[in-house]
Amino acid sequence: MRIELNGQHNELDGPATVAQLLLTLGLERAPCAVEVNAQLVRKALHHTHALAEGDRVEVVTLVGGG
Amino acid sequence: MLEAANAEYLMSTHQPTINARTAPVSPALPPLRIGSFTLNSRLVVGTGKYRDYATMQAAIEASGADCVTVAVRRERLVDAEGRSILDFLPLERLTILPNTAGCFTADDAVRVSRLGREILEQLGNPGAGWVKLEVLGDRTTLLPDPVGTLEACKELVTDGFTVLCYSSDDPIIAARLRDAGAASVMPAGSPIGSGRGIANPAAIRMVIDRLKLAEQGGSAEYPVIVDAGVGTASDIVHAMELGADGVLLNTGIAHAQDPVRMAHAMRLALDAGWHTARAGRIPRKLYANASSPWEGVITHIPGE
Repeated sequence: MRIELNGQHNELDGPATVAQLLLTLGLERAPCAVEVNAQLVRKALHHTHALAEGDRVEVVTLVGGG
Repeated sequence: MLEAANAEYLMSTHQPTINARTAPVSPALPPLRIGSFTLNSRLVVGTGKYRDYATMQAAIEASGADCVTVAVRRERLVDAEGRSILDFLPLERLTILPNTAGCFTADDAVRVSRLGREILEQLGNPGAGWVKLEVLGDRTTLLPDPVGTLEACKELVTDGFTVLCYSSDDPIIAARLRDAGAASVMPAGSPIGSGRGIANPAAIRMVIDRLKLAEQGGSAEYPVIVDAGVGTASDIVHAMELGADGVLLNTGIAHAQDPVRMAHAMRLALDAGWHTARAGRIPRKLYANASSPWEGVITHIPGE
């Protein structure tokens, strides 16, 4: 399944939830937030939100800024 | 005349006269209240542009700030070094203020605000409740887009955020943002990172008067924070002398040759400016006014 992940094309092995994607990325414990198609997916819903073909996914964190 | 106009809200927070003989250190400033938030330091500092995290940590410490700003950005999925800025911030004593830097539309600013809140909720930091709203016009000036800022402010207030609005130094848009529910309006001293200080002091003064003077529909308690453009400590003194409640800066510390010492200087400047604003400066005069008495001089005075 193809998704767009942080602006890059990404091929997933099969169906996946947001939680599974974060596990694959090694970010399951990182303080981060996830958007799918410009909509925030709250952490409580990561386990149930299934990704779909063509989804635009953003995984963001906090960085230094002013 | 400006001094007289500002007396009302300056006096509203007037402290007893300081006895210099018994006050070897400055008395503590009253805390800064922004919506339901209370900050012990009126200096808010950014966390960007430091050469390393250790310098950032030391500079934050030296600044005395208990609130720091951060930005929301993509996780680096390829080059994940594993080091997060969050590992270098004392989250137990700092309130994190997430910004929407890099947003050029109201929609993007609302998205980024929600993402920042999501992360801070996971961290259990009180900063989850607020946001420093920036909707910028373009990359060259980084000046606020007033229309987009107002639009985003309204939506974020509806969504329950305490919104601190980065704004132009324009009293009209400042009042509009306040009316839209902004908990604080933060006029730019000069463009972000420019180090030009308070480019238009009269405009900053008008923003402050509009938001804080009762006769202009303002309230002495409404917090106005000068944000952006600070290049050196005297810029902070200037902002505070104009009646600001606080100052937010990043580059002026982070890119100083000695950021930790500069952070210390900025902290002192904020105190100096606060007290200056309330001490009642002398009027400016064109000609001199001798400090030593004329009576009893033994000299020849030209023209007499």
